Amino acid sequence: MIARLSVLFLALAVVAAHAAAQTTPLLSPPAAFDRATIRRGAQWFAQYCLSCHSVKWIRYDRLTRDLGFSKDAVRQELMFPGGAHFAQGMVPTLSARDAAAWFGVAPPDLTLEARLRGGAWIYTYLRSFYFDPTRPSGWNNHLFPDAAMPNVLAPISGIRDAKGRLIQRGRLTPRQVNQVIGAITVWLEYTSDPSKLERERLGPYVIGFALLLSVVAYLMKRAYWREVS
Amino acid sequence: MGRLTAWVDRRFPFSALVRTSMTEYYAPKNFNFWYFFGSLALFVFAAQIISGILLLAHYQPSAKAAFNSVQTIMYDVKWGWLVRYIHTTGASLFFIVIYLHMLRGYLYGSFKRPRELLWLVGVALYVCLMGEAYFGYVLPFGNMSYWGGEVITSIIAAIPYLGDWLASVLRGSFGVGTPTLTRFVAFHAVLLPALLAVLILTHLLALHEVGSNNPDGVEIREHLDARGRPVDGIPFHPYYTVKDMFGVGVFLVVFCAIVFYAPTFHGLFIETYNFSPANPLKTPPDVTPAWYLAPYYAMLRAVPNKAVGIGILFAAIIAPFLLPWLDYSPVKSSRYRPVYRWMVIAFALTLLALGWIGMQPATPALLLPARIFLALYFLFFLSLPLVSRLEPTRPVPQRISAS
Repeated sequence: MIARLSVLFLALAVVAAHAAAQTTPLLSPPAAFDRATIRRGAQWFAQYCLSCHSVKWIRYDRLTRDLGFSKDAVRQELMFPGGAHFAQGMVPTLSARDAAAWFGVAPPDLTLEARLRGGAWIYTYLRSFYFDPTRPSGWNNHLFPDAAMPNVLAPISGIRDAKGRLIQRGRLTPRQVNQVIGAITVWLEYTSDPSKLERERLGPYVIGFALLLSVVAYLMKRAYWREVS
Repeated sequence: MGRLTAWVDRRFPFSALVRTSMTEYYAPKNFNFWYFFGSLALFVFAAQIISGILLLAHYQPSAKAAFNSVQTIMYDVKWGWLVRYIHTTGASLFFIVIYLHMLRGYLYGSFKRPRELLWLVGVALYVCLMGEAYFGYVLPFGNMSYWGGEVITSIIAAIPYLGDWLASVLRGSFGVGTPTLTRFVAFHAVLLPALLAVLILTHLLALHEVGSNNPDGVEIREHLDARGRPVDGIPFHPYYTVKDMFGVGVFLVVFCAIVFYAPTFHGLFIETYNFSPANPLKTPPDVTPAWYLAPYYAMLRAVPNKAVGIGILFAAIIAPFLLPWLDYSPVKSSRYRPVYRWMVIAFALTLLALGWIGMQPATPALLLPARIFLALYFLFFLSLPLVSRLEPTRPVPQRISAS
């Protein structure tokens, strides 16, 4: 019985592994989830992404508390779009209606994107743009074919064709570009769950307390049960 | 203190209650690992009530505002993320605890005479918990909430004769929207918690009337000392209160590790597609239920005919209620029932397999395994009357064996 069951389980696992295989392999970002990387990601995001994409659940003021930005740094380095308010969410000045008219679809809010698709997806997506003259924007993407978004990072990454050959050099080396994209990815992982910074700081204390409670309770149990034969 | 207690005792049976249910409630002294989960279930229930009240202070039940109000809790409310993660983790761990608690009942025959009513109330609690979890699942109104709401109410709509009426009562409209959320909040936060609380109290009252079973399945009340106390029993308080405190401590370690380091638990405790708002025009790639309801979903999908599928689903939920009358064996514990013991193990594996299948996309390759496991599920119950009569049992000790 057990042997037959385990054979069945094995067969099921093989079927599942087959179904999970994907066409474009996902790459993991070469960046650690720490405050310095998130800060760099925030700066790149403000320069290249925030003109069109909101991260509306992140209020500017929380960046001073969570990431250690000074209020002036937030104003000068992140709040580029005119009309932004320090106590409000990170929303571009571009209206959703204009954006929809220009790009075909309104650029989505990215606050929760990393939770929805995963960091590896975002990192791979931003690295998978290529020049495609048949598309209205001139851009296409290996991971997300016919994406409406153009390669906004082209000035730093350069332009590649569908086979990955460099057509025009960018300002940064490929290694540096990967680090920039990695930092943007980590920033979006932060926006998708800012509690992660606080959680991982408090975690050891909370779990330590629970462990201590267990040890004390165990000793107490042993003391009481000594008289039970 | 003494005078206050005396004052209360003349007006309310306070001391008598403490005596009969704690300090002079005798429990068998050989409880093992499996006996932690009753008190843990009570602990999680309390945690869910408290975190639920706090969430309700910020949650807005409308199609437009629900998802945003949940994000407000996560991003803007002080400690909001902690309260929500406690509630979502608590929901899943509630089911883990309850499934282990029920498995204990199967293993040691705790449903048998004189504990039939205790078992019935317990299974009713489980059914209520499934409803509670379902209504709560829809409330955040992410895209999985929305489509889960659509799918389950349309399953209910397929019930012959009553279905359409029942589905429209649940939805409050033709589709899932604001009227659905307002009544689901009423079910999730008022009706079912109240029902659960009453049933838990009934469960405990019934338990204390008949006394706890134990891994050996022998009745400790059949061997009393000169003062009329069970020889193999010990007072619940302090012996099991300190022991259960240790259980709560270990449970908290696991609970906090999930809350602080893996709150979505790889999409199992909070599903990935629920991080995008409800969208009636965009179906998630696979609409599958939360892991704890997945076995039933696998059963439903294993049958091509909708009405028959619902019939089987209904039968699968009813079957455990009948357990005390399907099993004729005079021996309670699986320790002394070699055949039944392997049946219970196979039954648990069957449920795990069905749960796994229920969480996979619907593919033809899984249809046959789903049907095999569905058959095995019912085979457990259907073979019990025969097995329990023919099974050669091992001799049961008169008293609790030394552990």
